[in-house]
Amino acid sequence: MKKQLLSIIFVFNLLISNLIAIEADIFVQSTVNRASKLLSENISKEEKIKQLKIIAKDTVDIRGIGYYTLGAARKGLSENQKKEYSEKFEKYFLKSFSSRLAEYTNPEINVFSKEKLNKNYTIVNSTLKATKERPEIKIDWRIYTKNPEQPLIRDLIIEGLSLARTQKEEFASVLSSNDGDINALFKTLDEFTSK
Amino acid sequence: MVKKILIILITTFTLIVNVKAGSDGELLLKKNDPTDVKECWEGFNRASFALNRGLDKIIFKPVASVYKNLPTPVKSGVSNSLENLSNVITIPNNLLQGEFSKAGVNTGRFIINTTVGILGLIDVATLMGLAEYEKEDYGQTLAVHGVGPGCYIVLPVLGPSTARDTVASIANFTGGDAWYNVTVRNDTQYFNDADYYLSKITAGVDFRGKNYDSIENLETNSIDFYASVKSLYLQDRQQRILNAKTIVNTQNDSDWEEIEN
Repeated sequence: MKKQLLSIIFVFNLLISNLIAIEADIFVQSTVNRASKLLSENISKEEKIKQLKIIAKDTVDIRGIGYYTLGAARKGLSENQKKEYSEKFEKYFLKSFSSRLAEYTNPEINVFSKEKLNKNYTIVNSTLKATKERPEIKIDWRIYTKNPEQPLIRDLIIEGLSLARTQKEEFASVLSSNDGDINALFKTLDEFTSK
Repeated sequence: MVKKILIILITTFTLIVNVKAGSDGELLLKKNDPTDVKECWEGFNRASFALNRGLDKIIFKPVASVYKNLPTPVKSGVSNSLENLSNVITIPNNLLQGEFSKAGVNTGRFIINTTVGILGLIDVATLMGLAEYEKEDYGQTLAVHGVGPGCYIVLPVLGPSTARDTVASIANFTGGDAWYNVTVRNDTQYFNDADYYLSKITAGVDFRGKNYDSIENLETNSIDFYASVKSLYLQDRQQRILNAKTIVNTQNDSDWEEIEN
């Protein structure tokens, strides 16, 4: 009887977890649709940017990307510096992300396949439809799936070029030009967010 | 007669056998990892980068802003012809990399597109189902044979490169580029120097036009534009050398795993 009860609980849990788990490709398509709907709305650019920031906070692992971007320099930081960095990085990221996207009026992105790399990562493949001004663009999404109930975007790979990797090398360059001084990076991030 | 048969046999053999020459894939990946490319001349590179940005602002950007608004068939025609012309460098490099079947396919592409496709304006070969075109150059060939990229360099006017790719490009001017040979190197009654330089300038404008918004966007949203361009260029080179179709082939997951700890 006890064994039966345990089996029922196990199967029930399995069913529930499968019901709640969100597939990476469905997550990307719904995020894209959400952003696309917003961008096609007849509202001011400022309002679009404000709404895009909300979408980014819901769907992007900003803290994770921030740590990845900082690379090995993260290990030498104190807890206070890490906290300060995370705050500044979030402001930088949200500004950079939203102003990049706000330029598009009605981007049409179609998700067509996915590849599970391991339990933590799935790559979702999509294309941004061509317009009169530019050809079709291939966009891959690195989705962090450690918590299947809440997948998060960790990288956008445009035509094979990783934005997170580019950002990481950019941050490394700022640090290297300033003898590894984290305060110089903080200053650069502040300048970027205030312009 | 015997000579003819031998030539046919050798050609057939090279077309059907696809010998993958060169280094082990993982070594190739490691050697061309953008983070491993040395920055030996940063002062010179940044100065050269600033010069190129200036030239872009006064020449390429204004021209590209007009070019990108031309009708799509015109832009496609220009892109297709330039791509078709680049086959004269790609095909010898396919052979030098031991990619004999690709050399065969690209030769077919070149013949079909130059004739039926009216000097390459229409990509008939793709419509006929021939494999997707992948550009190759002498730098990629050296990389496939195990030569590392060396230092990163920004060439005035020409843009980002590496020591290996810069040295390899000498081959283009010493007989390795049939288009250069018939325009600049040898006097022919059909072409002259201007045709060669015009094709190079058009290729620059075509690239700038295709990436117009992306470049503007990147420039506005970078905290170090020089470092962004360097990273994107080296990632692109790595992908081309590996002929990688997906990001999985070029990205190292351990970078990401580190942040879990």
